[in-house]
Amino acid sequence: MNTESLGTIFLNACLVNNFVLAYFLGICPFLGVSGKMETATKMGGAVMFVMLISSMCAYGIHAFLISIGAPFLQLISYIVVIASTVQLVEMFIKKISPVLFRSLGIFLPLITTNCAILGVALFQTNKDYGFLESIIYALGAGAGFTLALVLIAGLREQLDFADVPKVSKGTALTLFIAGILSLCFMGFAGLGA
Amino acid sequence: MSNDNASSKQKVTTTDEFIKGLWRDNPVFVQVLGMCPVLAVSNTAENALAMGLATAFVLLMSNILVSLLRNFVPKQVRIASYILIIATFVTVTDYAIQAISVELHKSLGAFISLIVVNCLILSRAEAFASKNTVWKSIFDALGMGLGFTFALFCLGAVREILGNGSIFNIALFPDGFQSWIVMILPAGGFFTLAIWLLIINGIETRKTKS
Repeated sequence: MNTESLGTIFLNACLVNNFVLAYFLGICPFLGVSGKMETATKMGGAVMFVMLISSMCAYGIHAFLISIGAPFLQLISYIVVIASTVQLVEMFIKKISPVLFRSLGIFLPLITTNCAILGVALFQTNKDYGFLESIIYALGAGAGFTLALVLIAGLREQLDFADVPKVSKGTALTLFIAGILSLCFMGFAGLGA
Repeated sequence: MSNDNASSKQKVTTTDEFIKGLWRDNPVFVQVLGMCPVLAVSNTAENALAMGLATAFVLLMSNILVSLLRNFVPKQVRIASYILIIATFVTVTDYAIQAISVELHKSLGAFISLIVVNCLILSRAEAFASKNTVWKSIFDALGMGLGFTFALFCLGAVREILGNGSIFNIALFPDGFQSWIVMILPAGGFFTLAIWLLIINGIETRKTKS
């Protein structure tokens, strides 16, 4: 069993080992939907919710698979759980806010292939976290993902008015900003330990 | 004569499928797909190459199977079944790498399992293998897989040379070389990829201008 305190786990997942900027998980939506602040926050919320649910399910599945002695089914069952949670969220958002549904577009079903979510499920299994610890870990990871997404969206909104060389417009520029942000986040190292 | 013509046409299209993945539609540099493993495990050339080949293998096998099953899978559940197919082959790869080299398995870590959620593989299944014959899908997968490996290697080599002063663990510079630690750190991954994208964008714009 792990001896880290819950606060440490949260800080670690959110800032020190930020999923986007230190582990490179969830880069696709990070580059894809970070153009506008509003979509970025909502995307962050959706991802966080899916993370939380799938992390809870992953804990149960792991315990069950160990008890029947079939750990090789781990990956397949995790992905099935994540896919169905995403489906649920998709239907929910479509009902509540069709506008948001359209602005998230293709990136909503693509949450299924968001590595950050599968990453949370796999890392918590590797680290042997208990149920409560898993929930905190998922919350921290989700908060970290949202934070990174919002930060970069804010920067990109400003950059739209900047006069940059034509070649560097688009993905290349976003990657440069992400690199600088990642350097900033290195300043958090040692905070959680 | 007409038969000959048809077969040569077939040949042209398959090589074309192969070539397009290497350069024109390179999954990393042009389509910007599958970024997570590209950035995460490209800190050394060896890791990058291993990751690229593992992904190429999964891509090839899933493309074959998806293409074989394309007439049997109902449209509504296709994405779910593609993911199941991919997950199966990733599990196989995961255990195979563990058997071949425990060290490599350790340094790649969870990123082998994360091949499942590599958007490149799912997008090839959806956009190509589900609509084309097995033969074409094989070439498409080979081209895309090698293109992906090539891009990963480009990143891994640059990062290892600058960040560690070596390539494939062979030292390149005399002792006085001060390595750029930042290149091995996460930030270096973003910077290296950004610079590669700049270079490729530059080449492409120059081409279209002239």
